[in-house]
Amino acid sequence: MIETVSTTHYLILAAALFCLGMLGVLIRRNALVVFMCIELMLNAANLTFLAFARERGDDIGHLSAFFIIAVAAAEASVGLAIVISVFRARGTVNIEEIQSMKH
Amino acid sequence: MSIFPEMVLFWVFAIGTIGAGAGVVFTRNPVASAMSLVATFFFLSGIYVLLWAHTIAALQVLVYAGAIMVLFLFVIMLLSLTDHGPVLSFTPSRIAGGAAVVALFAALTAVFRKLPVTEPTWAMDAAKLKNFGTIQHLGEVMYTQWLFPFEAVSLLLLVAILGAVVVAKPRI
Repeated sequence: MIETVSTTHYLILAAALFCLGMLGVLIRRNALVVFMCIELMLNAANLTFLAFARERGDDIGHLSAFFIIAVAAAEASVGLAIVISVFRARGTVNIEEIQSMKH
Repeated sequence: MSIFPEMVLFWVFAIGTIGAGAGVVFTRNPVASAMSLVATFFFLSGIYVLLWAHTIAALQVLVYAGAIMVLFLFVIMLLSLTDHGPVLSFTPSRIAGGAAVVALFAALTAVFRKLPVTEPTWAMDAAKLKNFGTIQHLGEVMYTQWLFPFEAVSLLLLVAILGAVVVAKPRI
């Protein structure tokens, strides 16, 4: 039998990483740091895909992770463009000061 | 629980991942956050290698730690952001957020512990193990079975490039 770390370990690591990212999204006010925390959450999802891919011996999970990386790149480029545009209009990236669409 | 090299490496990378991830969330300076995020990606790619996903580990370093983080750093430097006050002021919404995160982690951990543990016994099959997660095999599957999602993602990237240019440019 091959001695390996169990899938549960990887899943709990992914859960911890996801929760860390979610905490950042909830408590940070700098829009750029919020984006970075979203990247953390996407990576946690990737880790889950890869963990199950190894458990099942089916590397389709690797392709899912590949597509997530591509979508994350697209998301980062559009999101950062929006941040730049908001900064130009408002002079701030503090998400608590950008609230004119809130009411 | 026995101690073997893979377990030691797992803990090294896992603690590194969580530590650097905490650095992203809890440092005040955005540049320091970005650097912590780069460290997180490197530790995670180590974890991916332990999961026998060498191709994805390489992509993680190339795309995330290379391309995406350079983009983040460019924007941080472009906006020359300064610190935004203390990170930890305990407003009610933040306390609620923290409680929600702790609850979510507790729930996820409880669920994952209940999952049936199946060892990757398929790895005894040497031919299958040799093929698992290699660029050749992933490429074969991607350009046959998954061709449509692949093209859709390439279109998405094109649209994202155009969208980023249109949104960020002051005048077109």
